[in-house]
Amino acid sequence: MKVLVAVKRVVDYNVKVRVKPDNSGIDLANVKMAMNPFCEIAVEEAVRLKEKGVVSEIVVVSIGPKACQEQVRTALALGADRGIHIETDAEIQSLQVAKLLKAVADKEQPNLVILGKQAIDSDNNQTGQMLAALAGMSQGTFASEVVIDGDKVNVTREVDGGMMTVSLTLPAVVTTDLRLNEPRYASLPNIMKAKKKPLESISPADLGVDVAPRLTTVKVEAPASRQAGIKVADVAELVNKLKNEAKVI
Amino acid sequence: MSILVIAEHDNSSLKQATLSVIAAAKAIGGNIDVLVAGENVGAVAEAAAKADGVNKVMVANNAVYGHFLGENLSQLIVELAEGYTHILAAAGSTGKDTMPRVAALLDVAQISDIIRVEAPDTFVRPIYAGNAIATIKSSDSVKVITVRPTGFDPVAAEGGSASVEQLDVVKDAGLSTFVSEQKAKSDRPDLASAGIVISGGRGMQNGENFKMLEQIADLMGAAVGASRAAVDAGFVPNDMQVGQTGKIVAPQLYIAVGISGAIQHLAGMSDSKVIVAINKDEEAPIFQVADYGLVADLFEAIPQLEEELKKA
Ligand SMILES: Cc1cc2nc3c(=O)[nH]c(=O)nc-3n(C[C@H](O)[C@H](O)[C@H](O)COP(=O)(O)OP(=O)(O)OC[C@H]3O[C@@H](n4cnc5c(N)ncnc54)[C@H](O)[C@@H]3O)c2cc1C
Ligand SMILES: Nc1ncnc2c1ncn2[C@@H]1O[C@H](COP(=O)(O)O)[C@@H](O)[C@H]1O
Repeated sequence: MKVLVAVKRVVDYNVKVRVKPDNSGIDLANVKMAMNPFCEIAVEEAVRLKEKGVVSEIVVVSIGPKACQEQVRTALALGADRGIHIETDAEIQSLQVAKLLKAVADKEQPNLVILGKQAIDSDNNQTGQMLAALAGMSQGTFASEVVIDGDKVNVTREVDGGMMTVSLTLPAVVTTDLRLNEPRYASLPNIMKAKKKPLESISPADLGVDVAPRLTTVKVEAPASRQAGIKVADVAELVNKLKNEAKVI
Repeated sequence: MSILVIAEHDNSSLKQATLSVIAAAKAIGGNIDVLVAGENVGAVAEAAAKADGVNKVMVANNAVYGHFLGENLSQLIVELAEGYTHILAAAGSTGKDTMPRVAALLDVAQISDIIRVEAPDTFVRPIYAGNAIATIKSSDSVKVITVRPTGFDPVAAEGGSASVEQLDVVKDAGLSTFVSEQKAKSDRPDLASAGIVISGGRGMQNGENFKMLEQIADLMGAAVGASRAAVDAGFVPNDMQVGQTGKIVAPQLYIAVGISGAIQHLAGMSDSKVIVAINKDEEAPIFQVADYGLVADLFEAIPQLEEELKKA
């Protein structure tokens, strides 16, 4: 079976981002970029399914500026077979990402599409569910276990209060949670090999998708910052302060 | 304006988060209806009808909704969407699973995790793990939104008298079936709405040691949370994770024990009213947001805290 994996290029999770002085957005100049951590988990899951012999081909897709090809190459180095880069410098919102992925899925006919549950820049947590809706597919969101079982896939999901397992008819969309697996690192020989793997570049127009945004950002501000308080000497002082100063116990 | 609120519940009781979503709906303004979809949800519907500000409660009582599968729920909501300008749900696991599906089926954007309403088409939400706060304006005819409950004070649970209407819309997409679930049973308050939360991190060393925090929680009527490191290490179950990709909490008092204070953790708790940090490393970033910091070995401090609380 064939798996499609969507990977997003985002600010590295270790970077503490700064808001632009004119409040128009985030300052991305000279900021380290990386593959969204949840997308790394998505790639890893596809590669593990391939290693188990369940999956025969992994196609990885990324949407965004030219530099996204770095993340596609990373996925290829980790074990994906083929890359598709949908190149655009415009801001592409989740609904439009989902429409582009739907167009790719129509062409590629994957049995399974794996996405991250959330991009750590927008914190949207939407795209996989939207793609599933547009493609009429089942969805296993926030997955911590994925087991292919004939023409079904059993997905264990992290939900409020615990875990839930659902059985989905294939083709299905799965979105990854943190506990699904631990992504490997790409080895140097594999990074070299990845340079020769096929990477096709297309535009949203090639797919016939209207990517005009529906949401506009009015402004972006820094959060109200908390002031560091005081250090207490011992537990007795702590309890005293909580009772008599903060009055929270 | 006419607003449809999707109730969050577990088939037996209405979650407090729903009352916060109704508060967000009131901030938008207009008629507010509530949909209760699930199995044997009579008591939930009754509770929703009593909530302040609700006009009508619609009840979809059927086994196909019993496990809140997004494929089925989204079809039901889309069927009811006509005439509503806004569709709102709490940003819990059901809302996050279902609402993007609703939005895509309606061909509109979805706005996640709003913490404030500026105008009926303009909303405020955190991005980049709360390191930036964005104000977003929507040009769609229907606004499909998930609400971060900690951003809105819940409306009164009593005092309303909405009408209750039974629906007989049965939408089974036939794409997914429920297999099993493992839900943690606890007599402690719900993490997301508790007034006091005590969380442990990697510094707790193992799951057994979390009992020390549970004892304190029971003395204070608190809920117990954890950092991702504690969850990943298998000390505690995943639904206890507080942070950017876990639960968002904003209690009156948050006590972080053996937690360093990574931005992803702060994203889930920095709106707490009072923050206490207990950490043996005085350089730990958690102290930069703590109102009261105690530099100490938690294995000494926590037993002492238990003693002090028992004295009180
Ligand atoms: C995509 C992504 C999403 C994430 N989402 C989340 C999230 O939602 N929530 C979250 O919490 N993290 C999240 N993380 C992880 C986050 O980056 C940190 O790794 C994590 O929060 C660290 O947990 P910790 O503070 O328990 O562990 P550590 O950083 O290892 O800190 C342990 C602390 O315990 C202290 N300590 C040790 N022993 C003692 C002792 N005896 N007494 C007192 N203090 C002691 C140490 O001084 C140290 O400060 C995410 C990461 C990524 C990449
Ligand atoms: N520009 C993009 N290119 C490729 N995949 C994306 C893009 N944006 C979002 N995704 C996928 O959708 C997931 C969830 O993103 P979001 O819904 O924006 O939080 C990500 O983890 C990716 O798998």
